[in-house]
Amino acid sequence: MNRTLYGKLIFELSKKGRKGYSLPQDYDRSHSTAELPEALRRKEAARLPECDELTVVRHYTNLSHNNFGVNDGFYPLGSCTMKYNPVINEEIAAMKAFAGLHPLQPAETCQGALEVYYNLQQSLAELAGLSEFTLNPCAGAHGELTGLMVIRAYHEAMGNEKIRNEENKEGEAPAASNSLNFTFSNSQRTKVLIPDSAHGTNPASAAVCGLEVVEVKSLADGTVDVEHLRQLLDELGDQVAAMMMTNPNTLGIFEPRVMEITEMVHKAGGLMYYDGANLNALLGECRPGDMGFDVMHINLHKTFSTPHGGGGPGSGPVGVRKGLEQFLPYPRVTRPTPDPSRQGGAELRIVTAPANERSEALPLTGERGEGLSVGSFFGNYGVMLKAYAYILSLGRENVKMVGPLATLNANYIKERLRDDYLLPIEGLCKHECVFDGLVDKSTGVTTMDVAKRLLDYGYHAPTIYFPLLFHESLMIEPTENESKETIDAFIDVMHKIAAEAKSDPELVKTAPHNTPIGRVDDVLAAKQPITTYWKALQE
Amino acid sequence: MFKYFPHTEEDLQEMLKVTGVSSVHDLFADVPEAARFKRDYNLPDALSETDLRLFFEQLTHPLNTQQLICFAGAGCYDHYAPSVVQNIIQRSEFLTSYTPYQAEISQGTLHYIFEYQSMVAELTGMDISNASMYDGATATAEAMMMAWGNAKKATRVLISETLDPKVRRVVNTYAHFHGVPLQLIPAKNGALDREALDKELAEGGVAGVIVQQPNYYGIMEDYTGIADAVHEQKGIFVVNANPSDLAILKTPGEWGADVAVGEGQSLGIPMTFGGPGVGFMACTEKLIRKMPGRIVGQTLDNRGQRAFVLTLQAREQHIRRQKATSNICSNQSLMALYVTIYLSLMGKEGLREVAEMSYANAHSLHDKLIATGKFKDTFPGQPFFNEFCLDYDGDLDALLDEATECGYLAGVKVGEKTLMLAVTEQRTPEEIEELCEILDKANH
Repeated sequence: MNRTLYGKLIFELSKKGRKGYSLPQDYDRSHSTAELPEALRRKEAARLPECDELTVVRHYTNLSHNNFGVNDGFYPLGSCTMKYNPVINEEIAAMKAFAGLHPLQPAETCQGALEVYYNLQQSLAELAGLSEFTLNPCAGAHGELTGLMVIRAYHEAMGNEKIRNEENKEGEAPAASNSLNFTFSNSQRTKVLIPDSAHGTNPASAAVCGLEVVEVKSLADGTVDVEHLRQLLDELGDQVAAMMMTNPNTLGIFEPRVMEITEMVHKAGGLMYYDGANLNALLGECRPGDMGFDVMHINLHKTFSTPHGGGGPGSGPVGVRKGLEQFLPYPRVTRPTPDPSRQGGAELRIVTAPANERSEALPLTGERGEGLSVGSFFGNYGVMLKAYAYILSLGRENVKMVGPLATLNANYIKERLRDDYLLPIEGLCKHECVFDGLVDKSTGVTTMDVAKRLLDYGYHAPTIYFPLLFHESLMIEPTENESKETIDAFIDVMHKIAAEAKSDPELVKTAPHNTPIGRVDDVLAAKQPITTYWKALQE
Repeated sequence: MFKYFPHTEEDLQEMLKVTGVSSVHDLFADVPEAARFKRDYNLPDALSETDLRLFFEQLTHPLNTQQLICFAGAGCYDHYAPSVVQNIIQRSEFLTSYTPYQAEISQGTLHYIFEYQSMVAELTGMDISNASMYDGATATAEAMMMAWGNAKKATRVLISETLDPKVRRVVNTYAHFHGVPLQLIPAKNGALDREALDKELAEGGVAGVIVQQPNYYGIMEDYTGIADAVHEQKGIFVVNANPSDLAILKTPGEWGADVAVGEGQSLGIPMTFGGPGVGFMACTEKLIRKMPGRIVGQTLDNRGQRAFVLTLQAREQHIRRQKATSNICSNQSLMALYVTIYLSLMGKEGLREVAEMSYANAHSLHDKLIATGKFKDTFPGQPFFNEFCLDYDGDLDALLDEATECGYLAGVKVGEKTLMLAVTEQRTPEEIEELCEILDKANH
């Protein structure tokens, strides 16, 4: 990383008349947009930059030098699973036959591409201990939302089933079951239980899905307060749609009473949702399906090594237990049961949602519903290619070492830093460990200061001020890819910062000193937001 | 050990000693016995890099994945992208970084997102843009929820039937669960039925109106007057646009839109079977605090330098939890980088040339196909940009199959008799000519 700020904007390099492209000039010019009426044309040309190719190449190369990625150094960002992103996977995702593939190409002409999709679905189902996956959601939060939609669709269908049965009992015509007027009144299950230690995305996804959030308290050690849960289930009864859980939880602790929890929620008629944010810890050792979870999402950009790309694209496949498959969104890729009289497997099929021939918004579930859909096509296929390549590279023998090695790295860090950093919870952690700031709070050096000082030493900061259970949370996730040498060097620096906090607290409080920019004025940015170059020009 | 695991036997022993357990599996002693996974996964054995490459080469063999000359669109387009785009995208500083929470070591990402926001705002004619969203469909669904959340006494959101049905399906899904009554405004000759819309608007209670330009069928509609009528009842006008055409077409801002959304794939992003692409969302200054998604803003650092940072986070889920404007907690950053580099290279003139060529090529193909006498306009008299619908009286499936055999993806079937074709600047005069011949000579 270049520790001096490059700082220019592409607009500042623009000069009228320059260009950075070349297009063929041989085409049929019998029509031109000049024939369009004035009313359909924009008045002034868009003020896009005018630059030659080298200027653009240097600009973005220089910008990249002010950025820090996993390839630059240790990136112990808790809850984000910043693994190594294998280079071979990039090569595969860029193959022309994949990159140039239109999503509406007929299935019989792209069986190879569909095979990746189908096999990845199957592999995830095996790894999760569930029945079937959709790969359509584009990110973890998108997966959460999709999973909750599946749960609601299930309850709606169950609600309608119940109504149908009652109507049948009363001798009414079963035709009523084809009613197009399903509403939420058919399912009173609109409450979702979420531990208070959960990531903010859980309650936000529930709200977008039209569910009401009910918080479950945590015990002092950060695990679910099962007695409080029992009380809530008694109170809410058949209003409970689901409970969302992350396991290991946001403190990196395995929920010891998870089997009891899933059983209690099931008894109350709710479904269990597994937030796959922390799945990496469990690869090789345990599966969400075996713990009693019914629906889950997986972040391919965490557990399956696809690059985070500065915030995306990710991929958030959603898996379900047997019996819930019918509620998964469209389009789907399926393999019809092979015909035993023919050689080889049956061709893969793309199943699109039932046609909506009525010109009105239809309900989604039930016999005449049109089914859920959360994206135009198949989701982030390019990301799936990388994840599947990763699974194939690891193979059955190495996948099972992912969780154990990631967990070993985290426990090693936890044990070696606890002299200087406050360990709020004793015992084993999983793939990440959480400290509550420095042990010695007298210097006034905060978690923020420690994080910023780490940047000076060439490390990305851990996740800070999350989980919210502690005031000075510092969450470290090393992943299985980091060597003992890397981790030891990091530990040494953490100790050094703890020593600096005593000997020269100002040095730490004013960090970073050795980065392209210093601490930024967040208040100024939010007070009068300047979010475009055009606005900046006006100021 | 495996190539992605650096632990030697010696490392393992030393680390286990520090952690106080005797085997890595003992680190899971707190997992209930019934939840422990004890068998081997039913997965293939590990593949070497050579075998992995062979495996994917096999899958991309023409027998398994055919590379067709693309005349299909319907939301995904085969545009040219300069080689520089793909090259810079692969820079690991961009590729392997996380969301830019640590501004001090993320100015690269924050910088290009600020540039992206500036370009999207300029193209759409809006005041501000967010840092990007998953795709055009979910961006439209988010705009629908934004309209609903913004309304005080509304009873429904109106959506045009000429919006891509795949996008409508996503909007319908979100609306169903979010509890937003959606009402479809029917189409007439491939365009929004203005009478039907006016009737609904006259009834009042409209939180928002969502339209697409050019619409699903490639038709450029006249949306004059809609914005004013929607604003009269404090509703929001949402325009879903194809940004590639906005070099020439009237912008959502000029139509009076409050929110502009759409799919940005046509700006330098490969098709890759439909994803990843990038959704964009831009809006008026007034709505900035209601907009979902990440936003990058300009500020100063403590050394007095201009710097960029994630801002207005008080809207977001990690602070607001269930009261957030959306559950979105990321953007399609790297895809926004594709768009930014693409637009930097193409610039003012290049994007206009692309739009001009696509328009000319599409009209050239259209005229040639009409001249065969075998096709007629599905929506006579409607102006189109680079995508159009034709009716075919014969067996359309057989016709498309024959084109496929000749190496062409001859469009998308959008009705029993209706074929929709898209043409970009990538298609050569020879390809246009050959496709015409194939479709003309076919006897179905």
